Amino acid sequence: MPGRAPNGKTNQMNRRKVLECMTWAGTGVLWTVAGGIPRSLGIIDEAHAAQPDKLAFLQISDSHIGFDKPANPNVIGTLQEAIAKVKSLPAQPSFAIHTGDITHLSKPAEFDDAQRVISTLGMNVHYVPGEHDLLDEDAKLYREHYGKGSQGEGWYSFDANGVHFIGLVNVVNLKAGGLGNLGDEQLNWLADDLKGKSAETPMVVFAHIPLWTVYDKWGWGTDDGARAIELLKRFGSVTVLNGHIHQVMQKVEGHVAFHTAMATAFPQPAPGSAPSPGPMKVADDKLRSLLGITEVSVVPGQQRLAIVDKPLQG
Amino acid sequence: MQLFTPREVWRFVLAGSVAGTLIAVGIAQAVPAAQTASATIDNFTFNPARLTVKTGTTVTWKNQDDIPHTVASSTRLFKSKALDTDDSFSFTFSEPGTYEYFCSLHPHMAGSIVVEP
Repeated sequence: MPGRAPNGKTNQMNRRKVLECMTWAGTGVLWTVAGGIPRSLGIIDEAHAAQPDKLAFLQISDSHIGFDKPANPNVIGTLQEAIAKVKSLPAQPSFAIHTGDITHLSKPAEFDDAQRVISTLGMNVHYVPGEHDLLDEDAKLYREHYGKGSQGEGWYSFDANGVHFIGLVNVVNLKAGGLGNLGDEQLNWLADDLKGKSAETPMVVFAHIPLWTVYDKWGWGTDDGARAIELLKRFGSVTVLNGHIHQVMQKVEGHVAFHTAMATAFPQPAPGSAPSPGPMKVADDKLRSLLGITEVSVVPGQQRLAIVDKPLQG
Repeated sequence: MQLFTPREVWRFVLAGSVAGTLIAVGIAQAVPAAQTASATIDNFTFNPARLTVKTGTTVTWKNQDDIPHTVASSTRLFKSKALDTDDSFSFTFSEPGTYEYFCSLHPHMAGSIVVEP
């Protein structure tokens, strides 16, 4: 936190803010990026206070309702804890996005359970599917639950507080040996969707599999993700939010900030640190420090969005 | 072990003077019997990644991971539904050739079945 260390020297922080900063410094997984430079929560909070038209939204990912293996036999419980975590935030986000793998096996009861639990958030939730949400015949259930108003396999866009949000689907028609896939039809739609948008419009793109290559040996990337980024390069602020890898990863490249969220279901190993990307069993008392949610704040006048990962515990 | 050529077997059959077991041996040489082979899915890997079988073999894959996988032919000849832990899928290969397949959920997982005449 350069120049803003929580020592009270550089600004008049109240006690609450000092404690928040200290909490952040202590966890290691909490951070914000503004203008490409890590910033402290204090600065963001002040910016929020000065900007009444700020927007904060929530990202939930990889709830895998139906998963019951040792890595977490109670995924409904941890999703409920994630929602309680949101409820405890001092200011409620305006809405949420869910970046896929809502269910584990696309079973009707799994979709119903997910719906029942997530509805207790009490806010609008915008979904994109993960590969686990399209496993039933003809991938009917996802479309029935969440496909309304979407194009193709479920992509769409919407606007909130001057920010353009784009939900993409990169988990269908995957090719042997390949990574995630957007496909020509979706990329053509994206090009059309962006036509006429001012370069000053902040862009938030969300999809299940990371749009950039995190680790190709485990399939953690999207073959034609770079084509989507190319279409977005004229915009001054682009934030790409993904899930799938059940851990926080970030990268900033020019105007584009990439970020992946924790799961609410189970952690996965760091790239290459295990024989496979399968569910990672950790000590029971450590699990909740590896599961969590992400809160994203749009600060007018700041190129970067403030992205804060909040583990369930710690 | 081949005791008789098919022609010799036919001679026996025509003569009607041979034990049934020997006829069975002769027929087994002429028409491949149903055979089976198995593969597993462990740690996001098909095991073995390359499996060689005789024509007519039924291959059964069993998913031993905590995560669902599929077995999908690269030419769409066959495709399993999502296999949860301990679920299996079988396909019978009736023509010689090399059949590439992958997991349509995790397409970096690839394998092949080599079917010999």
